[in-house]
Amino acid sequence: MIEVDGVTKYYGPFPAIKDVSFRVEKGEIVGFLGPNGAGKTTTMKILTCFHPPTFGKAKVAGFDVVEDSLEVRKRVGYLPETVPLYTDQTVRSYLNFIAEVRGLDRSQRKKRVGEVMEECGLEEVREKLIGKLSKGYRQRVGIAQALIHKPEVLILDEPTIGLDPRQIIEIRHLIRGLAGERTVIVSTHILPEVSMVCNRALIINQGRIVAADTPENLTARLQKGMRIHIQVRDNDPREVQRVLESTEGVSRAYVDKEISQGVHRYVVESSDRTDIRGKLARKVVERGWDLLELHSVEMSLEDIFLQLVTEEPVETETLS
Amino acid sequence: MRWVAIYKKELRSYFASPLAYVIAFVFIAIVGVWWFFWDFQRFVIISMQAAQNPYYAEALNVNEIVIRNLFGNLALVMLFGLPLLTMRLFAEEKKTGTYELLFTLPLRDWETLLGKFLACWTVFLLMLLLTAVYPVTMALLTNPEPIPILVGYLGITLLGGAFISFGIFISSLTENQIIAAFGTYGLLLVLLAMGWSSSFVGPSVAEVLKDLNIFNHLQSFLKGVIDTRDVVFYVLFSYFFLFLTLRSLESRRWRG
Repeated sequence: MIEVDGVTKYYGPFPAIKDVSFRVEKGEIVGFLGPNGAGKTTTMKILTCFHPPTFGKAKVAGFDVVEDSLEVRKRVGYLPETVPLYTDQTVRSYLNFIAEVRGLDRSQRKKRVGEVMEECGLEEVREKLIGKLSKGYRQRVGIAQALIHKPEVLILDEPTIGLDPRQIIEIRHLIRGLAGERTVIVSTHILPEVSMVCNRALIINQGRIVAADTPENLTARLQKGMRIHIQVRDNDPREVQRVLESTEGVSRAYVDKEISQGVHRYVVESSDRTDIRGKLARKVVERGWDLLELHSVEMSLEDIFLQLVTEEPVETETLS
Repeated sequence: MRWVAIYKKELRSYFASPLAYVIAFVFIAIVGVWWFFWDFQRFVIISMQAAQNPYYAEALNVNEIVIRNLFGNLALVMLFGLPLLTMRLFAEEKKTGTYELLFTLPLRDWETLLGKFLACWTVFLLMLLLTAVYPVTMALLTNPEPIPILVGYLGITLLGGAFISFGIFISSLTENQIIAAFGTYGLLLVLLAMGWSSSFVGPSVAEVLKDLNIFNHLQSFLKGVIDTRDVVFYVLFSYFFLFLTLRSLESRRWRG
């Protein structure tokens, strides 16, 4: 459905993305992961025909983004990073405008505007001015706008940013519901979001794709060790640290912070993926300390990035 | 016909914001006050003098004294008012991020531009319609000739189109509405001043400068004459700047 072939985009003398290639099959939900300025938005702008690529070719639904730009634009629904809203219009008149530009006739328009408002939970604000809406509602209006013509391809740039947790769950649910009939590209900062929503993740850093795989595989591949948070009540944090560090399989242990009088939180990192939680618990209890909390921590996207960036040459090699 | 959607959206935006109403009010008020206290009064005084001295009656032409000045005033007020109507057309979209939406919708650039241009022109024509109250008042009190008035309105309509296409062009260059308004206003003044400076240069250059002066071409209309050269000037002027606007919109493709 989407074919990107060696695409490079220069802004002035600086390349925003360099030789990016990937494919997305019909019905897939693909997550774009990457820090700010990595090139996620640039890639999306190329796929939505806002900018043409400097070099390389990109095709959406079989149409070239440069030569058949209008055909591509008809088939794509796009939510840019800054939600594009006309604040002096009501939700209904805004959606109606989009539907009209999208070429829906009057009766279809009325039907679809009603449908997307229901899908995105906008019915109670339908006659309100967009300028008066909260961030969460604005985001939903933006998504409704992208869905109105039932596009084959949906491109969403950070769709859950600025939403409250309940809304985030709703939006993720909505996106997951589109799988199968529509092809979706979502960009995000949040790794768990990718594992919840997407079939596949592309990690972009400094304008290059550094990894592409299912979220599970990526996490497994990149998360080489385990990280555990442990809270212990005692009076000698140094001694605790020494004991934790001496446990088999632990590569590093340190005091993270003092939670309250006599209670410290420690971070323990293991060198491989064997589960050392049981060993740690036993050790602490054997010494007669109070074990208050113990849990493993998923590696955050930031950590994975740190790894990817530092190991970049190796990673790109394994990719190709 | 997708440009109609843009046209309707722009009209809605104009009437949703107080700006259009304020501009319309000031437009009507300035033209009215200026015209009433200056030209109409002068006409009344001349008429009274004519009642005593038949010699003055020769100069007593309503069209010439009153109506022509009305259009002259209109043109000047437009110079101040229209940049305020055109400033938002693209600058606002760039500022709020809707620019990206607009150019990822299945619209050709010219469709977007046409919708915006016609919407702005429509708002201007509605304002112009309001000024008809002055010639109508005149017609109730005296007996001006109707044809020159209509021709004058035609000239003003064309001049408005030229101002608007120029203003849209400037608006497409920036994301700051203030810069768009002052840029338009300033450059239109330069066009006006170029005509004035024609008396300081050689005769051949003077001709060119006079022809470039966007206001000069209104004179024939104000006399009640439709001169094809002037019509063509305004149409080409508008076309030229709409063309430049398209090129400016296209620049998003190679700029960052």
